[in-house]
Amino acid sequence: MKYALFLGCTIPIRGQNYEMATRTVAKTLGIHFDNLEDFSCCGFPIRSINSEISLLIAARNLAVAADRDEKICTLCSACTSVLTGANKELTSNRKLREKINKELAKIGRTYKPGVEIKHFARVLYEDIGLNFIKNKIKNDLGKLRLSIHYGCHYLRPSSLYDYFEDAENPSTIEELVSVTGAEVIDYKNKLDCCGGALLGIEGDMALSMAKPKLDNVTANKVDALVTICPFCSIMYEDNQKKIEAKYGVNYNLPVLYYPQVLGLALGINQEKLGFHMNKIKPDALLEKLELVK
Amino acid sequence: MIDSKELDHNFKYEVAAETGGINITKCFACGTCTASCPVREIDETYNPRKIIRMILLGMRDRVLKSDFIWLCSTCCTCDDRCPQNVELTKIMMALKNIAVKEGYIHPFFRGQARIISTFGRLNIIEDFDNKKREKLGLPPIKKIFEEVKKLLKNMRIKEKI
Repeated sequence: MKYALFLGCTIPIRGQNYEMATRTVAKTLGIHFDNLEDFSCCGFPIRSINSEISLLIAARNLAVAADRDEKICTLCSACTSVLTGANKELTSNRKLREKINKELAKIGRTYKPGVEIKHFARVLYEDIGLNFIKNKIKNDLGKLRLSIHYGCHYLRPSSLYDYFEDAENPSTIEELVSVTGAEVIDYKNKLDCCGGALLGIEGDMALSMAKPKLDNVTANKVDALVTICPFCSIMYEDNQKKIEAKYGVNYNLPVLYYPQVLGLALGINQEKLGFHMNKIKPDALLEKLELVK
Repeated sequence: MIDSKELDHNFKYEVAAETGGINITKCFACGTCTASCPVREIDETYNPRKIIRMILLGMRDRVLKSDFIWLCSTCCTCDDRCPQNVELTKIMMALKNIAVKEGYIHPFFRGQARIISTFGRLNIIEDFDNKKREKLGLPPIKKIFEEVKKLLKNMRIKEKI
């Protein structure tokens, strides 16, 4: 199975643990990633300013993949959303496609309909499958209690993703965590937004949005919160100390990317999964699994 | 107080003509969006139903000059729950796009647009970053995307921001 890995802007710099874990897990499961160096920003940050320019940037990325006849695998949910949206709009609207292609022609690119875009979690769930993963599990993570944060752009709007999930009651990530043997702990308001999109606009509001989730998750004394998007992770991990200071609370809640969890279950060395780069040290969790060096 | 002289009755059509704005007139003001909104939960100045009413009434200046149009977190919860399929997240994008044309632009987005029009990506890549990546066994990341720079230059992005 082969995909072009679309990293976006944030992961290669601020989510290297996510990238390392993804690459190692993929290799273990027989997924091949091509690194297309021509993938730029996905276009998401420009959407608020000018939708057409955002679409153009996204279309160029899709053209880069189409030139190589590649399917795209994304790690960031915002990239997934903007690339999927662009693909849909350009596939269904010939006039818009012609307009965009006129601009792309000036740089020698052409958008062609039919590029497949999938978040890595969906690749695991739909293309690899739970049974295949189950047969590869070497370490049962039964000692772990984990809560899941879906984030928004993996699920919503449902129509964008052809209703592959029930956005009000999703289960793919629960199933992917459960296959490792870990216990999934549900909590109040699981589907709430992390607030990441507001971090640069109204920082205090973003922190206020992230706080209730940290309260609800830690109330259940779980070992970690599991995420699949770098912005969600930035809110709950990178900003956890800030939230603690602002509200005079103490969480010390490790935040893991899903491929890090799966990687442990697949028996991959924790260094190759980037655990040393997690900011809230997951030592207690690794001790529980008797994996501390 | 709303002064009818301040109202621009064409505003809703202006929003409808913008990318993603087409469904604005379908709203029947049920308030599901406001009840579902995680931003509204934190700050009452952001009220989706009220924003739609303001658009439909034609309160063009007040909406475009407001700080609240920049506060949508794009969580899309309202999009999924709206019984009329108004697609509010897209409406908010349309509003911001119009505001930018009128010269109102949040400095955060202006900053991001400037970085992207210079480098073709956010999070500027230095030699240090690629050395660190190499140590971690990760492939290098391109620093500048000339194609994206050219696309954005052709679209006159600098004049827009």
